[in-house]
Amino acid sequence: MNAPFADANLLSGDGALGAAMAIGIAFGWSLERAGLGTAPKLAGQFALTDLTVFKVMFSAVVTAMLGAFWLARLGLLDIERVDVPETYVVPQLVGGLLFGAGFSLCGLCPGTSCVAAATGRGDGAMVVLGMFAGVLGAGLFLNRLPSWYESTARGSWTLPQLLHVPHGVVVGAVTALALAGFQGAQWIEKEWR
Amino acid sequence: MKRAPMAMAVRAPRPYADPYLAGVGLGAVLLAAFVVAGRGLGASGAFASIAAGAVAAISPATAVASPLFSRHLEVGGPWREWLVFEIAGVALGGFCSAWRAGRLSLRVERGPRITRALRLILAFAGGSIMGLGAVLARGCTSGLALTGGALLSVGSWVFMLAAFAGGYLVAPLLKTVWR
Repeated sequence: MNAPFADANLLSGDGALGAAMAIGIAFGWSLERAGLGTAPKLAGQFALTDLTVFKVMFSAVVTAMLGAFWLARLGLLDIERVDVPETYVVPQLVGGLLFGAGFSLCGLCPGTSCVAAATGRGDGAMVVLGMFAGVLGAGLFLNRLPSWYESTARGSWTLPQLLHVPHGVVVGAVTALALAGFQGAQWIEKEWR
Repeated sequence: MKRAPMAMAVRAPRPYADPYLAGVGLGAVLLAAFVVAGRGLGASGAFASIAAGAVAAISPATAVASPLFSRHLEVGGPWREWLVFEIAGVALGGFCSAWRAGRLSLRVERGPRITRALRLILAFAGGSIMGLGAVLARGCTSGLALTGGALLSVGSWVFMLAAFAGGYLVAPLLKTVWR
């Protein structure tokens, strides 16, 4: 077996688009099952009354991280051919701050807003429309600051490369931090109510 | 005369899944995307692709000049992009899950102290700010935080920490919105 099966650059064939939809269905199903299609629940993350967002997000990150690490170790997945999101330090720092502020205000993120809208939530539909307006406006506005947008580019830069430690050490550390975070989340939910 | 309760209101929605179990399931979906497609999940990229298609239909020169839109005009074009099909699946999967669990409901979800109209305005405003942030960062909670988080991308972890920081920075101002 030599996964990944499709080349990331050839992802517009019919088979790949069918797989995209199937993966999307499973993704949307998981989000809805977790309760992440409802804005007040997500807003609880920022009010520290309901830490479902943190719990779901980090159990997903740890599961996929461990899965990818071990499949690569066993020679079943060529990790070099999996697309690592590229790093642009300053735009991602500024973009992240704005993103979090908007998320806290509207109570949904882009993926969960689609679930909220699809399950009948009018507020979810407004977040979808707002997202579209924001992306459209930003896309037109970017023409004016291309150099800032492309600044601090580091390519496919990973934490093991940044910290100069073996991949497995970072995987272990992230797992340990997540487990500690889950304990902390349980404690906060109990104390904060 | 007393009115009989409506048949639809009788069935109570099922409780949500355990968050850790749902998270492991979501992680398995993300891992499946790595194995099958050699890439992770995404959401904001689908919005960008649809916006690119719309702009290109009206003014092709404007679309090509934008560093954001031009990227989505390559390969198969904006309407045949992987993420557009994935996000259509997200809406369908979310709908089916809510339907099976009795959670489909036409309403505006909001905090107890805010009007419907203001909630809808803030939803639009928050969505716009989030859209701008996602464009600058080149991704969102799905494409950057989940995908790059699992692949240990430095930029993804920068984005994730910044997003939580941004959320908590404005949270004290939003008490009347949510509580």
